[in-house]
Amino acid sequence: MLLFLEQLLNGVQLSVTLLLMASGLTLVFGIMNLLNLAHGSLFMAGAYVAAWTTGVTGSWLLGLVAGAGAAFVTGVAIELVVMRRLYTRDHLDQVLATFGLILFFNELVRLIWGIRPMRLDVPEALNGFVEIVPGAPYPVYRLAVIAAGALVMLGLAWLVQGTRVGMRIRAGSVDREMIGALGVDIGRLYTLVFALGALLAGLAGVLAGPFLAIQSGMGEPILILAFVVVVIGGIGSLKGAVAGSLLVGITDTLGRVYLPKVSDAGTALSSMLIFLVMAVVLALFPTGLYGRKP
Amino acid sequence: MLKHSVVAAAAAAVLAAAAGSALAADPVKIGMVTTLSTGAGYLGDHVRKGFELALEQGGVADRVQLLVEDDGLEPANATQLTERMVERDGVKIMTGSIFSNVAMATIPKLVRNYDILYVSPNAGPAPLAGKGCHPRYFNTAYQNDNFAEVMGDYANKQGYKRVYLMAPNYQAGKDSVGGFKRMFKGEVAGEVYTKLGQTDYAAEIAELRDANPDAVYFFYPGGMGINFMKQFAQAGLADKVVALGPAFSFDDTLLDAVGDAALGFYNGSQWSPDLDNAANKTFVEGYKAKYNEYPTLYAAQGYDTANAIVAALKQTDWSTDDLDKLAAAMKKADFQAVRGDFKFGNNNHPIQDVYVRQVVKDDSGNITNRVSTKGFEDHVDAYAAECDMK
Repeated sequence: MLLFLEQLLNGVQLSVTLLLMASGLTLVFGIMNLLNLAHGSLFMAGAYVAAWTTGVTGSWLLGLVAGAGAAFVTGVAIELVVMRRLYTRDHLDQVLATFGLILFFNELVRLIWGIRPMRLDVPEALNGFVEIVPGAPYPVYRLAVIAAGALVMLGLAWLVQGTRVGMRIRAGSVDREMIGALGVDIGRLYTLVFALGALLAGLAGVLAGPFLAIQSGMGEPILILAFVVVVIGGIGSLKGAVAGSLLVGITDTLGRVYLPKVSDAGTALSSMLIFLVMAVVLALFPTGLYGRKP
Repeated sequence: MLKHSVVAAAAAAVLAAAAGSALAADPVKIGMVTTLSTGAGYLGDHVRKGFELALEQGGVADRVQLLVEDDGLEPANATQLTERMVERDGVKIMTGSIFSNVAMATIPKLVRNYDILYVSPNAGPAPLAGKGCHPRYFNTAYQNDNFAEVMGDYANKQGYKRVYLMAPNYQAGKDSVGGFKRMFKGEVAGEVYTKLGQTDYAAEIAELRDANPDAVYFFYPGGMGINFMKQFAQAGLADKVVALGPAFSFDDTLLDAVGDAALGFYNGSQWSPDLDNAANKTFVEGYKAKYNEYPTLYAAQGYDTANAIVAALKQTDWSTDDLDKLAAAMKKADFQAVRGDFKFGNNNHPIQDVYVRQVVKDDSGNITNRVSTKGFEDHVDAYAAECDMK
């Protein structure tokens, strides 16, 4: 039972990383109607720049700021240079172009930082354990990631629901022509939304950095899960992203642990479990849990 | 008319002479189709660096023309690139295969369909060492199970009663765990197969801690190894459970990325940077000087592969016309391997010592491996008996 609670916590922690990725993806997809496969590259950019900055300066906090900042700046650049030309194209063109970006960024980090994976350690201050569940020391850093993710999401919810910019973003997701006609500079709004999504992806990359091998292509596995989250939650819905992340994160974690104990086929089954969940959700809610009804 | 034919004959003679002398000076082409891109691209890169260093130090760099291509970890690419080298460039000696899935999809077909000699500098899948062995196929690295077997044997010698086993859910993972279990006599406290390419191991590590074994044996090559080791140490298990693995998770490149979290882990390997023999010292020093980094297992294998091939070519006067003769010369393994004693078994796979290494910090603060104990002496792989060759 205690172990189960700990596994639940592990599931929530995975969910938080997914949520940071998926919220940006769903905003960009929902508001700009843009399918961005290169979202994982921004995750990678965050992790790389944070690892490099921390390595040079020795300050983890500086690394965090630099990593998230670099992702934000990269986001602005991508939007201005590439994405802008894709809004009127269909999704297939967008997939092709953003897939090209994946290859470009994977090669770019190799050119800059070389073929060796980089390292980002857990910050000194968070390098310890707490016994939330008696007898099972849980790494403080993982708890900090959960807390940080929750805070960021609250901030995002406030931004979208409680501010004028957020109002425009929401309006833009409903009818972008109308909001343009009302005098809002839709181009700038799009740049902002895209860069915001990039910032969140970069942040996810930095926070996940200490768990992971920081190497070229590290963004793709998490991107696939994030897409599943977006589809389950409903495209364009932040609430959906939260629900989807928790569903995917916890299902995946518990499935990995408990299914192989039930049967020998469990290992194979657990690796496709979230896709089965996605299929069931889509059968019941064709536009996702919180998706707009057609 | 006569005049014309005399001129033509003279021209032909001159051309033939020119071609003849060009042939004599022509370097021997060696094709290397290896994995240079993807996250595992450094493996092929290191094999190539080791290979080139050996040619340079052996003073034969101008006798060999090394053609290098990247297979991108795709069997289809590997086949296509190799066929192009053989058909278009007339390459007779091929090397480079890093991953067993690529090796299995390409090598058996290549040695059957083409007149070539294939020397694997890394991949050593069981079928190629056993029933599928071939007189034109050599492996200068290891049979895949070797490093797992030595750790199973080590666990016995250390008196570990309960060992927990973890690997990705694919053939190489199951083979590695199988190799460990072939030797290990104690109780298996748990046997967990995770998704290939998995990044988060928190849940599996919690289960591992709950099982409370004496040791854990894990096979996580490349990025998976970095992820697993970091998270294992972050979970505070490093000083509670002894961690054992094959060398694939413990090369200097990965250790750099894991950092102090890897200190103290034990791993099985046929080579170590501190092995005390003259060839190894020349190799390690030369490698550091040339490339400004510590050599890995893969670089050592590339180095030995080059020396094995060159030794054979010297015996045939750099001729690749008679491949049977060349293969017979290869089999003598008349070279100084950086891993020490080396000879080929009946199945053209190495018979060699296998060591248990420990991850340590050296005097300059670099995290690397040091030999802890010799696990096997002149170890013959488990599949040699299934091979028909003598």
